[in-house]
Amino acid sequence: MHLAYPAVLSALLFCTGLYGVLARRNAILVLMSVELMLNAVNLNLVAFDVWLSKAAEETLHSGQALTLFTIAIAAAEIGIGLAIVLAVYRNRGTSAIDRLRDTAEPHGPDNDGPEGTDGSEDTVTADEKAEATA
Amino acid sequence: MTLSTAMATAAHTMTSTAHTTTAAADTPGFLSPTGVEIAFLLVGLVTFGAAIVTVTTRQLVHAALWLVATLGGLAVEYLLLTAEFIAWVQVLIYVGSVVVLLLFGLMLTKAPIGRSPDADSGNRWAALTVAVASAAALIWVVVDAFRTTWIDLDGAAAGSTEVTGKALFQNWVLPFEALSVLLLAALVGAIVLSRKAKADAAATSASRPGGRSEKEGAR
Amino acid sequence: MTTTTLAVLVPLLPFLGAAAGLLLGRAAPGFVRPLAVVPTLTALVLAVLVAVRQGGDGAVDAATELTPTGSVPVELALHIDGFAALVAVLVGFVASCVQIYSTGYLRDDPRYPSYAALVSLFTSAMLLVVYSGDLMVLLVGWEIMGICSYFLVGHYWETPEARAASLKAFLVTKLGDVPFLIGLFALATDAGSFRITRVLGAVATGAIDHPTLIALLLLAGVAGKSAQFPLHTWLPDAMAGPTPVSALIHAATMVAAGVYFIARLLPLFEASAAALVVLAVMAAVTMAGSGLAALAQDDIKRVLAYSTIGQLGYMTGALAVGDRGAAVFHLLAHGAFKALLFLAAGVIIHAAGTNSLAAMSRMKDLRNRVPDAYWTMTVALLALAAIPPFSGFFSKEAVLATAEHAATGHAERIPVAAGWIVLIAGMATALLTAAYATRLWLLAFRGHGAEAPDHGKQPLTMTVVLWVLAVPSLAFGLTAGLLPDWFDGRELTPTLTTSVLGTGLAVVGGIVTYGTWRHTTALAARAPLGAVAAHPEADAAQVEAEAIASHAPAYGDVAYAPDPADPSRLLLGPLHRPAAVGFHLDAVYRALFIRPVQAGAALVRFLDREVVETYVRGAGALPRLLGAAVRRAQTGNVQTYVSALLAGTVVLAVAVLLVATGA
Repeated sequence: MHLAYPAVLSALLFCTGLYGVLARRNAILVLMSVELMLNAVNLNLVAFDVWLSKAAEETLHSGQALTLFTIAIAAAEIGIGLAIVLAVYRNRGTSAIDRLRDTAEPHGPDNDGPEGTDGSEDTVTADEKAEATA
Repeated sequence: MTLSTAMATAAHTMTSTAHTTTAAADTPGFLSPTGVEIAFLLVGLVTFGAAIVTVTTRQLVHAALWLVATLGGLAVEYLLLTAEFIAWVQVLIYVGSVVVLLLFGLMLTKAPIGRSPDADSGNRWAALTVAVASAAALIWVVVDAFRTTWIDLDGAAAGSTEVTGKALFQNWVLPFEALSVLLLAALVGAIVLSRKAKADAAATSASRPGGRSEKEGAR
Repeated sequence: MTTTTLAVLVPLLPFLGAAAGLLLGRAAPGFVRPLAVVPTLTALVLAVLVAVRQGGDGAVDAATELTPTGSVPVELALHIDGFAALVAVLVGFVASCVQIYSTGYLRDDPRYPSYAALVSLFTSAMLLVVYSGDLMVLLVGWEIMGICSYFLVGHYWETPEARAASLKAFLVTKLGDVPFLIGLFALATDAGSFRITRVLGAVATGAIDHPTLIALLLLAGVAGKSAQFPLHTWLPDAMAGPTPVSALIHAATMVAAGVYFIARLLPLFEASAAALVVLAVMAAVTMAGSGLAALAQDDIKRVLAYSTIGQLGYMTGALAVGDRGAAVFHLLAHGAFKALLFLAAGVIIHAAGTNSLAAMSRMKDLRNRVPDAYWTMTVALLALAAIPPFSGFFSKEAVLATAEHAATGHAERIPVAAGWIVLIAGMATALLTAAYATRLWLLAFRGHGAEAPDHGKQPLTMTVVLWVLAVPSLAFGLTAGLLPDWFDGRELTPTLTTSVLGTGLAVVGGIVTYGTWRHTTALAARAPLGAVAAHPEADAAQVEAEAIASHAPAYGDVAYAPDPADPSRLLLGPLHRPAAVGFHLDAVYRALFIRPVQAGAALVRFLDREVVETYVRGAGALPRLLGAAVRRAQTGNVQTYVSALLAGTVVLAVAVLLVATGA
């Protein structure tokens, strides 16, 4: 089999995941997209491992070992990631990552932005939080 | 094109001096694909399509389900690449636990069932541009570099359980143990992060153990 | 101890006293008065010792070079001839009197420690000028005096007059000091040394290439320091300082420094006839103008200030006709009686509660209130008016005799014109001096009207000093026969012609003034005037500060009072008003210098605010815009950040690939 097939598929999946990370609003969907990217890498690792174990008679199987590690780490990552998302959701009442903008720079003196929106957000947050804990 | 030769040279240098038997001369062309290739291509199309749907669907739960399809498709690809142990691990951990965790997460954050119009952020077009650009760059490079590289899938499976097990517990046993520590740390971290304040800790603790046991299983 | 060691100690002791006073002033108030008086008194004793040892013989010269200082060496040098020895005695004497007087005058002043220390420093600087044999070291003392006068004139800095006067004194003297410094450099370059002896040697051999230019440059500094026309305007305003400071500045230090400096370098000035004529004209204008101005002043201290300017005119006149003996003789005599006049005026101001002659002329029995001041001031005024046998007569006659000598063409190297100018102006000034001295005496002590307010008994330190100073005012002239041994050896005894003429003119001036006063004094009762400081229990300094502060509000001007009973009004006629304000010289300066400078400053300000600032703002605009744009990018949206990051990565990666493959 041509190495180009898994490599191209991996690149496509990676970029799909990339798109998801950049375009999705819900944090959990972002996490899914991260999983896609990780899997694209895994596919690459496996494909190259298979190729090298035959072509270069490499016996360490480092690609496959790394794939296993990646899978384990991905599992850990998803656990931690979800815990973070849950904590944020509990505190803020939302898991939309484009609404978590506390690091935004205020826009000069004419600015009414972050403080104002923060205020309204806080009220929303309070409502939703009450809802969430009910 | 000079790029192709450059990348090919780089790849060959990387793959050491033992590379003698598979010369570029006897590499089969793309116009006469083998059966494995056709299967890989078809499954790959399905996987890619599922991935596309995963990142574009407006129904959040559907996204998770399409992710299952993507990950399953990848497991099949692993099988086609004769990495059978990895394939089953993929099925077990990703399809079995990760996606379930994600679904739990969706439910805990009260993700709307059905179509939600605001599933995508305003960043979509920038994201699309970046994704397409990086895809073009990656594919260009990868194809240029590896279009003449051939994987010999005949003979013993490169990723059978026995082979993988030997590799893992002979050469990779120390990283493997280190990984177990990392997973423990992740476990503790997840508990700490998801603990509510004392008052409502009891109310939500019931939903947590499932996820955790899944993770333990993954390990 | 050798004479040199003693001479070094003379300026050093007051300096150490000043340093100790400044350091200990707050910590140990009990030591302030001894620290002020004792070093100055010791310096006086040592100066007398130095004078006795020097004894008018050959000059004592000593020099040490601390370090090489370039092409023209600067040395710590002493040059003590008869002039230096006697002037140092005068400085020490007057400074001691002033220090002792100040302990009573500024009895309750909270700033007395710094005041006393500055007076000591002032004295030390003047002694340095007197003894220095090196022009650069002399310049150091010269400039220290400038800054000390700034601080001391501004002692009552709460009053706007004092602030303005101190700044004016500093700036006007500095205006003269700039050409002075250039002149010193030019002189040293020509002579190849800053040592006075070598400079004079170079003058004698004709090695100075530009004597006129150098002399005129030096004259500017002297005019500033010695308050000669046209740089005299700071001196009347400096009356805003405490009276002892005025006495110190006018009698012994500061103004004497300029005259003394010319006396030191007189051969240089004699090398240029033009410089001598300029000096003579300067002296003549100064003498006559200050006499007229003194006649019209209302503030008793301003009368004395203008009289100082006039007497300094006599000294520069004597120098213009090439007789430094007469100049320094008059300097010594004037130092004694002018110190006495000022210190007595301080007592009078304290007793009367005002510094206005118009107000004093409406007070009865002021002379009985302060009998010491009355008698001593009478002596001093007689000396000022050059009535025989008081000291002023001998010294002034010495000047006039020399001028006559020069005018009749008997003096070598001295232009006849200079002699005539000085002689005629000196005669006119003798008349004017007697007139304003008589006016001062009549208005201050022969007043009619209400009883003067009682300000208590004068401190003993103040009155004793007056009598001490009265002795030389009375008798110093008798030494005229001895002094030539100390000086150049020229006769200083009066000649018949000038004595008769000068004394006659003085008597005429006094009698005319008296007659006018008799005529106008009746008007005084009809036009009540006066503002009196209402602090009978306060010390003299505070009374004076209040009197100075209240003069302008009460009379409309610091120098002028609308008093119809003033005899000078009748004497001067239409000249009275211009004379009272110093012939509008300040207004001229304002138009000539201050306005253009202010206009220039306004222009610079405009250029800075409107033009330069615009460029600065323009330069800031681009970064500001960029900053605003970048700020806008900081949305806080992580996805945007990552998008930009990855886009950049892709671009970079592609670029690297293209470069790496040479495409």
